[in-house]
Amino acid sequence: MNNNKVIQVEGLTKMFGDFTAVNAITFDVDKGEIFGFLGANGAGKTTAMKMLIGISNPTSGKANVAGFDVFTHAEDIKKNIGYMSQKFALYDDLTVKENITFFGGIYGLSRKRIKEKSDALIEELGLEKVASQLVGSLPLGWKQKLSFSVALIHEPKIVFLDEPTGGVDPITRRQFWEMIYKAANQGTTVFVTTHYMDEAEYCDRVSIMVDGKIEALDTPKKLKEQFKAATMNDVFLKLARSPSPPEASGLPKGKGE
Amino acid sequence: MSISIKNISKSYKSVIALQDISFEVKPGELFGLIGPDGAGKTTLFRILTTLLFADEGIATIAGFDVITDYKKIRNSVGYMPGKFSLYQDLTVEENLNFFATIFGTTIEENYDLIKDIYIQIEPFKNRRAGKLSGGMKQKLALSCALIHKPKVLFLDEPTTGVDPVSRKEFWEMLKRLQQKGITILVSTPYMDEAALCDRIALIQDGKILEIDSPKAIVKHYPKPIYNVRTNNMYQLINSLNDYKFNHSVYPFGEFVHYTDSRTDFNPKELKLYLESKNLSNIEIEKTEATIEDTFMELAK
Repeated sequence: MNNNKVIQVEGLTKMFGDFTAVNAITFDVDKGEIFGFLGANGAGKTTAMKMLIGISNPTSGKANVAGFDVFTHAEDIKKNIGYMSQKFALYDDLTVKENITFFGGIYGLSRKRIKEKSDALIEELGLEKVASQLVGSLPLGWKQKLSFSVALIHEPKIVFLDEPTGGVDPITRRQFWEMIYKAANQGTTVFVTTHYMDEAEYCDRVSIMVDGKIEALDTPKKLKEQFKAATMNDVFLKLARSPSPPEASGLPKGKGE
Repeated sequence: MSISIKNISKSYKSVIALQDISFEVKPGELFGLIGPDGAGKTTLFRILTTLLFADEGIATIAGFDVITDYKKIRNSVGYMPGKFSLYQDLTVEENLNFFATIFGTTIEENYDLIKDIYIQIEPFKNRRAGKLSGGMKQKLALSCALIHKPKVLFLDEPTTGVDPVSRKEFWEMLKRLQQKGITILVSTPYMDEAALCDRIALIQDGKILEIDSPKAIVKHYPKPIYNVRTNNMYQLINSLNDYKFNHSVYPFGEFVHYTDSRTDFNPKELKLYLESKNLSNIEIEKTEATIEDTFMELAK
């Protein structure tokens, strides 16, 4: 396998009964790339991502993530990736330090390493004063930054961010993106799903899923040229606007969306 | 005035949720309350819909005082809370019937008002509300908030977590409701939705930063603003942050929005500086400020 490709997907498909949630998607993601994974509610994003992080078995196709096959080595994938979601990130009733220690432990870091990581991380995020406070008492923006750092604690090759920056103020959101750029610059691949089309503009490349298929994949600049659109939002609307909403299939949609 | 708010303040123990908020919403206006989580938007909505007492200040809705005339307000406003609050184990139709009945009306009587919206979920009218997708729940909640033909409609973050297609449709629905004479106060954390309102209030940490039409707010931006792009985004941000003349440096998609602290700023000088930092493919172009730029400048 090409060492620069940390995600390789070919014809990946997931069926629920006779409903095709993900329909033969094919794409690669490079080392250190910020890859945006977009789609309307019910387009299949969450299902696709669950396969990539090793928690849902594909029906057919091929996928290799962080050097491991999703069919045979799902457990190895979990150890070699980081994951952060807007809905579940940290334990509100543990302190900042306890959360870091907990996640460091889960990922098998030594006590010594956890201590080093914990000190470095608290200093970098400027959380010295609140290190012994419960995470639940922190502002949302701080939680998000901490949650991102914790997802990187075991230095994974790839970090998956599921709708990471909803709800925070625009300045904090940008500080968060600066952290993402930094991680990518250090060689970590960042895989982001988002509803915010302005957020898609930050990605190196973006794929857009419609009804289970990847209908577009390129840099935001090229996609805007291709669809003669001023913004990624316009690109998305041109692609995703379908006459029958996904509801019409009559199936309940993925929870993450 | 449809909504009149004067010097409203509210604290929860030591946390100040709202600090001396005043503004008015005219009859038939589509007014946006724009701000991040924790800005105080929901607290204000709860005060205006008579579900919470303010510590200080007065507010009237359609001429009724939120404290003394709360019953009249409850009959004449529609409220769609941010959290889905319909009965999950009643069907779509049962929910709508329930809300019509408690307001002493029927679905038929005001069907005209909700028709556009309800027609999209009518095929699923026998499905339990809890089993609906996010977009359908949102349409049902809006139908229920409208069934008694309210004069004023309160929508607390109706588009949060909703994809761009559904968001666009939702705003089109709001525009149509506005044309039917309903005053709408809507809150959102999405800055791009601000442009769709007649007037907006930018709110952060319980304080109003500015109130005006979206166009006027953008015009008030105090400095020329530049799009900067190079071959490496992360190094560009670091270099600009280190540049001693910077006033603000904010990543904006494929660009960085840059403003300079000097009045006689010359982009060529910045280009030379960035070249000295080993950056290449440097582009520096003047651009227009957005609502988000204004928000960040005011919140700085």
